[in-house]
Amino acid sequence: MIKHLRRLYIGLILIFLYAPIAVLIVLSFNASKSRVVWGGFTLDWYKSLFTNEIIISAFGTTVLLALLSAFIATVIGLLGALGINHMRRRQTQIMMFFTNIPLVNADIVTGIALMLWFIRFLPLGFISVLLAHITFNIPYVILCILPKLKQVDTSQYEAARDLGANAKTAFFKIVFPSILPGILSGFFMAVTLSMDDFVITYFTKGAGVNTLSTMIYGEIRKGIKPEMYALSTVMFFVILLLLLAVNFLPSRKKTAK
Amino acid sequence: MNRKLLSYPYIIWIIGFTIIPLIFIFIKAMTNADGGFTTENILAIFDPVHRKALISSVELAFIATVICILLAYPLALLLRDSNVSNQKLMLFILILPMWMNFILRILALQMLISNNGIINFILTHLGFDPVQMINTKGAIVFGMVYDYLPYMILPVLNAITAIPEDYIEASKDLGGGRWQTFKKIILPLSLPGVGSGIAMVFVPSMTEFVIANILGGGKILLLGNVIEQEFITSMNWNLGSGLSLTLMIFIVITTLLLGDKDSNDRGFAP
Amino acid sequence: MENSILKLESISKSFDGKEILKDFNLEIYRNEFVTLLGPSGCGKSTTLRIIGGFEYPDNGHVYYNGTDITDLSPNKRNINTVFQKYSLFPHMSVAENIAFGLRMKKKPQSYIDDKIRYALDLVNMKNYANRMPQSLSGGQQQRIAIARAIVNEPEILLLDEPLGALDLKLRKDMQRELIRLKDELGITFIYVSHDQEEALTMSDRIIVMNHGIIQQIGTPEDIYNEPQNAFVADFIGESNMIDGVMVEDRLVTINGTAFKCEDTGFGPNEPVDVVIRPEDVELSENGDGVTKGVVKSIIFKGVHYEIDVESDIGINFLVHTTKHFAKGTQVGINVIPYNIQIMHKPASIDEEKIDAD
Repeated sequence: MIKHLRRLYIGLILIFLYAPIAVLIVLSFNASKSRVVWGGFTLDWYKSLFTNEIIISAFGTTVLLALLSAFIATVIGLLGALGINHMRRRQTQIMMFFTNIPLVNADIVTGIALMLWFIRFLPLGFISVLLAHITFNIPYVILCILPKLKQVDTSQYEAARDLGANAKTAFFKIVFPSILPGILSGFFMAVTLSMDDFVITYFTKGAGVNTLSTMIYGEIRKGIKPEMYALSTVMFFVILLLLLAVNFLPSRKKTAK
Repeated sequence: MNRKLLSYPYIIWIIGFTIIPLIFIFIKAMTNADGGFTTENILAIFDPVHRKALISSVELAFIATVICILLAYPLALLLRDSNVSNQKLMLFILILPMWMNFILRILALQMLISNNGIINFILTHLGFDPVQMINTKGAIVFGMVYDYLPYMILPVLNAITAIPEDYIEASKDLGGGRWQTFKKIILPLSLPGVGSGIAMVFVPSMTEFVIANILGGGKILLLGNVIEQEFITSMNWNLGSGLSLTLMIFIVITTLLLGDKDSNDRGFAP
Repeated sequence: MENSILKLESISKSFDGKEILKDFNLEIYRNEFVTLLGPSGCGKSTTLRIIGGFEYPDNGHVYYNGTDITDLSPNKRNINTVFQKYSLFPHMSVAENIAFGLRMKKKPQSYIDDKIRYALDLVNMKNYANRMPQSLSGGQQQRIAIARAIVNEPEILLLDEPLGALDLKLRKDMQRELIRLKDELGITFIYVSHDQEEALTMSDRIIVMNHGIIQQIGTPEDIYNEPQNAFVADFIGESNMIDGVMVEDRLVTINGTAFKCEDTGFGPNEPVDVVIRPEDVELSENGDGVTKGVVKSIIFKGVHYEIDVESDIGINFLVHTTKHFAKGTQVGINVIPYNIQIMHKPASIDEEKIDAD
């Protein structure tokens, strides 16, 4: 009995979380443009998706923006984390205070503040959005890497030095491999956040550029193109497969050197 | 080489893209259109329209946060009991929706609850009267809960699963029943997780304007909507900045309150 | 038996198809210090958890003062546990931790205050009432864990390797402390350990376990001097375990050389395990003895020397003696009959089982 109630509860929450997604997926196969009436099964939206230049271009911008901002944020964040790791307590506290600002602050305030500053020296466009995305990505990268750095056993690094490795070799052979998972999760988190961001992009993008989020938002009143449902379904399943592979495939054993 | 030098690019980034923008929003907020000093943009929060928007923001964010806790906490308790591999899969299933585009998800909610939407379509076909759901405060709360629930589930689940089984056994050993063990051990030890969950749900809910635009139909103004309008349509950036600054002060107060609670509840001695 | 407080009757327990306890029987008496001793995975902790109520046996019964408590939940048993990792509640002060069990029983505040004072005094932690557990050392946390358990006046205190995380010096102190506590409280201690020295020091009775089966029950002296099988002999202290043949009563041969012993009742020419403790091997410089040998190595151990002797009968003896023999010295080797322990060879693991009680 209790077991059934438990299942029921978890089931209801899952329905709540997945119902809208199911709606999107179903609509992507709906021949009727109506949101309510089922007009028969079709793959037309998937076909026309690839010829819809507005969607393809927004998709391209979104992906390029995500990868580029995540990469730059990871580089700056990694260097920043390495530096913070060697700072004294007081300095670390100051650095973490500023790192936390974009995390804690409302997106709308961050977006507006950046916009007010950017317009002083930069036409709003891809570059300003990129700078904004890097800014909100770096803190997440640092928060992913710092704990891993703290876990690195300094005696291992010292052992490598003791056995004749110079500082650079010791870092890349010993420290880097142990913080690599943190670097990767920071990078992927940054990609995800960048792709999902709407508010900060909305305020810093200017007129010419659109990501998927801002494009959809602009089209709400005109009505969403069914191709968008097709694209989001494709993206959802690509991400589902990627995440399944990362999380549940047995991790490959490292081959011996 | 001094390793601290490595963080210089980041320090420059902080100055260039965190500190300076905040100074700019501060300057904008404290000046009028001619560039003269004024406090009226800050005091504008007491204007009846703005005050109502602020109160609505706090009210809806508060309700959404409470609902998120009420949904997430029992779920986390249930998941604590399930076995480990199961748990990893459940966690995966719970956070997967976050990868679907945020605005599309809210639009899908709109299709579900709009007047001629899917739920009303089903209701009328079953012979019931359609229900007005869209464009109400309830719809906005629904959207907030939907969007931010995973942010409550994750920290609460982390805190609850991190409680060692030993503590629960020790409590039983000392005569604690199920309810007493929950009240005296599990609840206090999981409060820090609830605290970070509140921060992760309340702050974004309070500053929300997209959900209110799509599900509230522009009928219900939140502070976020007012700020957006000042920037995008009214073009009164000074007023928009002043209201943003007020919003920021609210966020800082909220985080400080939660932060304090956090460390007290952990009860670690200095 | 009147004096019996706890009885385990044909308990069996499996985890994931692996049998941890097999038809386990044990009786524990009032006011004794019993140690369940064995290597990890022998089932000693499971036994303790079944007594505490944290696990339920697949088969069998647990009787407490004659009442069946097999299915009773832990909070309803008058038994308290000192956990391996102390498990002090991190969000409560030392005093609140100690008060926890009493509050569960809704005792009045004045009673609780008295008990906290009494318990802290008992474990020599008087001034620590308002400290938080994290600010205490491992040894101090352990004392608080003990105080938290005993204020509930249990008739049985279960201790699950409570000294495992402490350093050697502190462990010795706590061993003495535990014996004192047991005498002062006059209750039954059931102690789980994999440390044979700890068990020998503290226990009134030791239950040696392996593979979920009781190998031997006895006083520390019994267990040490008269191990009943090779496992016990090997697990308790160091020993020379040698293959031999029991030619007749009171006579065993090792690689053809005869040794007198005191054991009887073995079949003629039965292959047996011969156990000789290192301190029971006597060396003489003049070459007297049953056989001879050469000192291959000698290590100073503080109280004694540890010597490796290669004997003429093709066996190396481990010897503990207070006398010094230089490396390479020719020595005579002798063992008096009383110190030779003869054991049946086990045909299988199950045959290692002996009757409990």
